[in-house]
Amino acid sequence: MSDALLDIRGLSVHFHTPEGVGRAVESVSLSIAPGETLGLVGESGCGKSVTTLAVVGLVPSPPGRIVAGEIRFQGRDLLKADPESLRRIRGREIGMIFQEPMTALNPVLTIGRQVAEPLVAHLGMSRSEALKKAARWLDRVRIPSAASRLGAYPHELSGGMRQRVMIAMAMICRPRLLVADEPTTALDVTLQRQILSLMAELKTELDTAMLLITHDLGVVAQTAGRVAVMYAGRVVECAGVRPLFAEPLHPYTQGLLQSMPRLGAGRGRLHEIPGTVPAATDPIGGCPFAGRCPSAFDRCRRDDPVLETVRQKRQVSCWLYDPSKQEADP
Amino acid sequence: MTAYLMKKGISLTAVLFLVSLTVFSVLFVLPGDPAQIILGINASPETLAALRARLGLDQPFWVQYGGWIGSLLKGTGGHSITYDTAVFDLISSRLAVTGPLALMAMAIAVALALPLGIFAARHQNRPGDAAVMAGTQVGLAVPEFWLGILLMLLFSVHWGVFTAGGFPGWGEDFRGSLKALFLPALALGLIRAAILTRLTRSSMLEVLREDYVRTARAKGLKERTVVYGHALKNALIPVLTIFGLQMGQLLAGAIIIENVFTLPGLGRLVFQAIGQRDLPVVREVVLFMAAAVVIVNFLVDLSYAAVDPRIRLDGQ
Repeated sequence: MSDALLDIRGLSVHFHTPEGVGRAVESVSLSIAPGETLGLVGESGCGKSVTTLAVVGLVPSPPGRIVAGEIRFQGRDLLKADPESLRRIRGREIGMIFQEPMTALNPVLTIGRQVAEPLVAHLGMSRSEALKKAARWLDRVRIPSAASRLGAYPHELSGGMRQRVMIAMAMICRPRLLVADEPTTALDVTLQRQILSLMAELKTELDTAMLLITHDLGVVAQTAGRVAVMYAGRVVECAGVRPLFAEPLHPYTQGLLQSMPRLGAGRGRLHEIPGTVPAATDPIGGCPFAGRCPSAFDRCRRDDPVLETVRQKRQVSCWLYDPSKQEADP
Repeated sequence: MTAYLMKKGISLTAVLFLVSLTVFSVLFVLPGDPAQIILGINASPETLAALRARLGLDQPFWVQYGGWIGSLLKGTGGHSITYDTAVFDLISSRLAVTGPLALMAMAIAVALALPLGIFAARHQNRPGDAAVMAGTQVGLAVPEFWLGILLMLLFSVHWGVFTAGGFPGWGEDFRGSLKALFLPALALGLIRAAILTRLTRSSMLEVLREDYVRTARAKGLKERTVVYGHALKNALIPVLTIFGLQMGQLLAGAIIIENVFTLPGLGRLVFQAIGQRDLPVVREVVLFMAAAVVIVNFLVDLSYAAVDPRIRLDGQ
């Protein structure tokens, strides 16, 4: 896809630890079109955040290392970009929002300064000009009496307000892509809705694409157009939101959807996927989900499946859908 | 803020009261009769008794203690036996040496420790970091007086650029006085820089792993802005604590270094006063040292609030 805004191909990020090499991200491919919202779903530790950090060149290194792949942003491979041009892209072309608004804001600097900084760094605005614009942005993300908050410190704001500040900070340079890493996880449910709709609104207004990372399928259903499901460092399934929820293909996605509590589904025990995720340092042999998969067969334990397009606009990484292996279909 | 200042004032008074009582008691029971020392071993019992009566040494403990506190409150203070002047005057003239010495030493320590600590943190586990850490290890291991003597040998004896001790006095020779303080300040500063460097490094390492530093990078700020604009202010808080302790200690007199460089500072004053059983001097200098430590710590508390907006002095 050459028209993609962001195109990740075969990205592998390894962490070199005393326990061995941790394959945090293994051959991940994703793409986002301009203006599109892609939800990236998976349990904690499945490599969602590392994938996004790799996009902006912020994988902590050491111990992390990008060992393979390419990340094309607006046609340009970010992995080959020098640190200075990456810096110019961060905050300018790609805005980021993190999970914990509590710790993601600097406790000893004023809100105004933190929101205004990208303008000074990227657009060469003067401090006072940038502060004026920051005040307008704080107003835009609906922080009451915005101008008077410029001098406030993060601890003087509530969690929801802080996340609004993060959004203003990420969007102030009108980036082409907004990467939101669990933006609502640390917030109350009522705030979640507000923050998500604020993000959706700004996204439409500025025509920004969004990579939304979450472990909450409800958030994805509400916000994203397409979803990629990650498991143990790989993308196991990628599809439009509706088809994915209507008919999940990968056994892991199926398990994930079944574990979602539903209204009116009775008071029985929630479904759980048996077993645990393999450690990232375990040697690869076969599909990483094979040990927990109810439909696993011999080949699953032997060969590692790759992400294949199986139906229109649907991709899955599972031997069950391999056309050459019809005889093994259960 | 007023409530905070009052609280601090009360605790300062309490500390000074306890220190005064302790110092007085210790010196009271200490062997060594000041009258005997003043008059020498050949003095007759009658002259001894007369001098003791004049100095008030024959009075009971509480009377002596009360008399001393009374003189302090009146603002006159005691009278030195050996120098035959008011102790307050002695302290203020000696402070004119010790104060600038402490300031210079800490200025040297901070000027070295902050850049080196930040450098080491940014080059963690690389040769530059290892070199800085090895240097601080040496600084921690070397005794102050030995470093003082080495500096003296190098700068004064070998190169002859600094005098090897003594102090001309600010009024007589300002430049010469500044030069006279440089080597001892360097000896004190280098050793304190070793601790501060390690502290800056570890504090900086911790802060550089914080989420908000990642946010700063994600915003596309220059690495300089990330380190100096975002991380440093947070990393300074623990460094400030130790800085305050060191400053307090130095104001209380660098006894050893002042002796090595024969500087007429507070440390040397108290050292000699103890030897000569000049009890009024010892008492009041010790009291002053305690006050200096408490006041410097109070100033450090104030500076926390300036660095970290989360710390509220009047707060709960």
